[in-house]
Amino acid sequence: MQTLYNFVSGPLVWLSFMIFIGGSLYRLISMAVLAKKKDPLVYVYMDWYYALRSIFHWIIPFGSENMKKRPVMTLVTFVFHICLIGIPIFLFAHVILWEEAWNISWWFISDPVADIMTLAVIASCIFFLVRRLVLPEVRYLTSYSDFVILAIVAVPFITGFWAYHQWFGYRLMLILHILSGEIMLAAIPFTRLSHALFFPVTRGYMGSEFGAVKNAKDW
Amino acid sequence: MAEPALKEESREIFDEGLNRGIEKLTSEKIEQVINAVLEDETGARLKVYVDTCVHCGLCSEACHFYVSFREPRFSPAGKVKQTLWEMLKKKGKVSPEFIRRASEIASTECNLCKRCSMYCPFGIDVAYLMLVVRRICHKLGVTPQYIQDTAHSHSATFNQMWVKDDEWIDTLMWQEEEAQDEIPDLRIPLDKEGADVFYSVIGPEPKFRAQLIYQAAVIMDAAGINWTMPATPGWDNSDMCMYTGDNEMMGRLKKAHFESAMRLKAKRIVMGECGHAFRSIYDMGNRWLAWQMPPIPVTHAIEFYYELFREGKLKIARKYETPVTLHDPCNIVRGRGLHEMARYVVNEVCEEFVEMHPNREHNFCCSAGGGVINCGPPFRNKRVEGNKAKADQLFDAKARGAKTLIAPCHNCHGGLEDIIHHYGLGLELKFLGDIIYECMEKGQGSEM
Amino acid sequence: MHDSSNWDWDIGKKQIADIGKWKDMFEWVEEPCASPDGEKVAAVVKTGDMEFSVCQNGAAWENTFDKVWHLRFSPDNRLAGLVSDMGEWTVAVDEQAWESRFEFVWNPQFSRDGSGITVAAQKERKYFGVINDVPWEKGFFHITNLATSLDGKQTAAAIQTVPFSEGEIFKFQEGCYSVAVNGKTWDRNFINVWDMAFSHDHEHVAAEVRTSLYDYTIAVDGVPWNETFLSVWKPRFSPEDGSVTAPVRIGGKWTLARNGKQIWNSSFAQLWHHIYSPDGKKLAAIVAPEFGKWTVAVDDIPWRHTFGDLAADPVFSPDGKRVACVGKEKEKWTVCVNGEPWNSMSDMAWKPVFSPDSKHVAAKVEKNGHYTIIMDGQALKNDFEAVWDPVFSPDGEKILIRGIEGKGDDAKYCREVLSLKK
Repeated sequence: MQTLYNFVSGPLVWLSFMIFIGGSLYRLISMAVLAKKKDPLVYVYMDWYYALRSIFHWIIPFGSENMKKRPVMTLVTFVFHICLIGIPIFLFAHVILWEEAWNISWWFISDPVADIMTLAVIASCIFFLVRRLVLPEVRYLTSYSDFVILAIVAVPFITGFWAYHQWFGYRLMLILHILSGEIMLAAIPFTRLSHALFFPVTRGYMGSEFGAVKNAKDW
Repeated sequence: MAEPALKEESREIFDEGLNRGIEKLTSEKIEQVINAVLEDETGARLKVYVDTCVHCGLCSEACHFYVSFREPRFSPAGKVKQTLWEMLKKKGKVSPEFIRRASEIASTECNLCKRCSMYCPFGIDVAYLMLVVRRICHKLGVTPQYIQDTAHSHSATFNQMWVKDDEWIDTLMWQEEEAQDEIPDLRIPLDKEGADVFYSVIGPEPKFRAQLIYQAAVIMDAAGINWTMPATPGWDNSDMCMYTGDNEMMGRLKKAHFESAMRLKAKRIVMGECGHAFRSIYDMGNRWLAWQMPPIPVTHAIEFYYELFREGKLKIARKYETPVTLHDPCNIVRGRGLHEMARYVVNEVCEEFVEMHPNREHNFCCSAGGGVINCGPPFRNKRVEGNKAKADQLFDAKARGAKTLIAPCHNCHGGLEDIIHHYGLGLELKFLGDIIYECMEKGQGSEM
Repeated sequence: MHDSSNWDWDIGKKQIADIGKWKDMFEWVEEPCASPDGEKVAAVVKTGDMEFSVCQNGAAWENTFDKVWHLRFSPDNRLAGLVSDMGEWTVAVDEQAWESRFEFVWNPQFSRDGSGITVAAQKERKYFGVINDVPWEKGFFHITNLATSLDGKQTAAAIQTVPFSEGEIFKFQEGCYSVAVNGKTWDRNFINVWDMAFSHDHEHVAAEVRTSLYDYTIAVDGVPWNETFLSVWKPRFSPEDGSVTAPVRIGGKWTLARNGKQIWNSSFAQLWHHIYSPDGKKLAAIVAPEFGKWTVAVDDIPWRHTFGDLAADPVFSPDGKRVACVGKEKEKWTVCVNGEPWNSMSDMAWKPVFSPDSKHVAAKVEKNGHYTIIMDGQALKNDFEAVWDPVFSPDGEKILIRGIEGKGDDAKYCREVLSLKK
């Protein structure tokens, strides 16, 4: 058990971060190179002002018409993404790990708040799952991989919550937590989770086309 | 709300272009063409769009087909799933029947209106993806008959309607004579070099709606514009090749159009009330030819009217009394942001304006655009039934008093005409130019 | 070119017509045109109810017509217009109407020396080319893209050879179009035929053709090149050896091909309107080295200076050492010679004209609603209300300016010869 723990919390952390950072850079750079070669127009029409204008409207809650039309989905989406990104970075237990390893630390959130946020992520995942199963227009688009991706995202939070509360088999859960977190990190560049990387690019490009060329808003 | 069951679903629509088009196809040919188009003509954009889509379905409500039928296969991403995703997944190994269906989806179930790009959080350009599908189908020779015939007309005559070179000039002279009965010194100056304005129209104007040329001439005359119309091919600004995926022909058409204006040394192109032609000149055709923006500035009729009223060049004798509502055409609203100018003009010429909802960039497409109406009678019912959303919008505007519907775009006109008829809306349909012509002070023109 | 040595090249200004007064003489006066030698100015005028004529130097033609349009001077200073009388159309040249009559005529063209006048014509739904009053023996369902040889003795056009109904897409795709030269049809049909060019000996014709919906190439005298391309633009014959060159699209990029084989190494986002130097040894073309950047390439090498909006109207100097074009950047036009743009920006610039000795370049430009001539980057003269392209004397030592000075009733058409000797 200890050996396994040492392995997942040691070399695998390095590996997952390397895959995440290296993979993300690889994906972004290779796409940029490919675009230069095959879609050079993207560069010609990209406009920083309008790109940022569009991105801004889409990263604030209810900044777009569609968000206003679906308030529950909007709320869940924002809570989910904020918590999803916020917890791993600002969780006390994680900050401590950074401090121990690198002697760097930053602000952290209190554990009770983190608990609620974790539950929010899990609840959001259930919401997304139900949505995927129940709404015909979403179910129609759903493939097997969508469930896998949802699982990749949900498992670190479920196991983390479990481990923190030291329920039955929490040691194993901790290992699973670390492992699943590493899997998620490594999966970002190479699955549809890469939407996190490409959001600014696709949104920014559409914002540029709408704003700079077509004189219209796109939200 | 709409019946969930789609009436046409029970039967396959017969279309000569689609059904006969797939007869010659082999699986090798399909695989080779799909992969060649994907490899040679697409790149990072397509890849990122496909990889980024999280299958969330949030684009659904953007599409009038989906809103009207409430069927997932009509959602924007649903259309991509049935076409491109499958082609990519199978690496081009799809059947001729699949191609038939893909062509039908891309050509007749998507108006390329780009509304979904405003509903997708990532701004995925589904219109672009559908154009890639049309391109593949074009390369495979599987395009609906009517629009393919129009593309052939474009290639042979450089206009949409098989109008021959002499018929075009003859029509202009005829409209000039007609207009001279009303305004004796009115001219439609042909091939006049160095004019400020090169006025271009779409093929159906000389063929079916010649009075629009008459009206434009009266407006030009009253506003004292130094203008001309070309007496050569290149007069037609429309472009169905853009919509069949025949990009090479699209470029050829736009070259002829721009070079007609350049040959006459016109300072700008003013075009009639057409949406897709504007998209072709301002956005797509010019790009294929490597012009970042149109080499000669392009002004859509709405913007032109706006200018004339702002500058006091046109005056209204008596405002149009019937309450009006306004349809915002996709290609000049999402495509150019002319919605406020359109409202300015409407308020200049009309007593009472009733907004329809949603409006401006969020307006629903007429379901005729993107070449869908040009696919002809076989797909008409689907197009009209697929836009109950528009009918609801119009019913609402009518309930609030609107009696006249202004549609400043030719294809919108055609599509809305069918919708008004099919749903028994009883709205009168007009171009902005119709109303301006009816209400303006005429014959104030300055010297020629 | 028409021999201009016997024109009046005496230095000085001559007032030719009191054009402002024409308005008092007629119901209306359309936009005037000036003869190349500057001695004549003419316009379509309305002489009565549905009655039109032509006014030249203040005197109207004796004949009137139901309609006159497309009035132009030929290179040899003859005045030609398209006229209709009693529902029949023909061409009138210096007041003399042709004998052949049609239901419609359009697209008149002149030979290089002006001796040949050709026109497209329609009669009883048959379409013809007409050369100096003589129509082709055979008419066709449809003609477009009429082209005239340099000597004006031959015409070619894209013609429809096979009838089909609207909607017959598969029949169309079998090929229903070809080329007729002086009414004689090529043996082979194509899906489409577009722009064509005559050889310098007037014997051969090359045309842009599409052999399937996807394959473009050049056909010379009915025989397509062995190679096909993603697209092609208008071909030209070499004045030197009669070979045919055309811009071709390969793999999404444009380059230049001769007799089907790529001859330029570079490829461009766009390449069109290629021209030969008079001796046929050099080739230039309008190119976009990259998307949205326009310039001229001479023998495969693009100029360093590019324009954002467009480059157009390329022309070689007679000695073949220089190329000029017009360019547009941020809505302002200028002339560019050998890659050096003139400083003077205008609202419009016309195709530049080289002097016969290749020493000077001049162009008509419009600025703030007035017109002037700019030579070698310097404005030559005062503003005009209208001006025509400048003409250099055969020795290149003088320039002829044709323009209208003064507005409204005071408008005068003048020709002025200026000396270029310092």
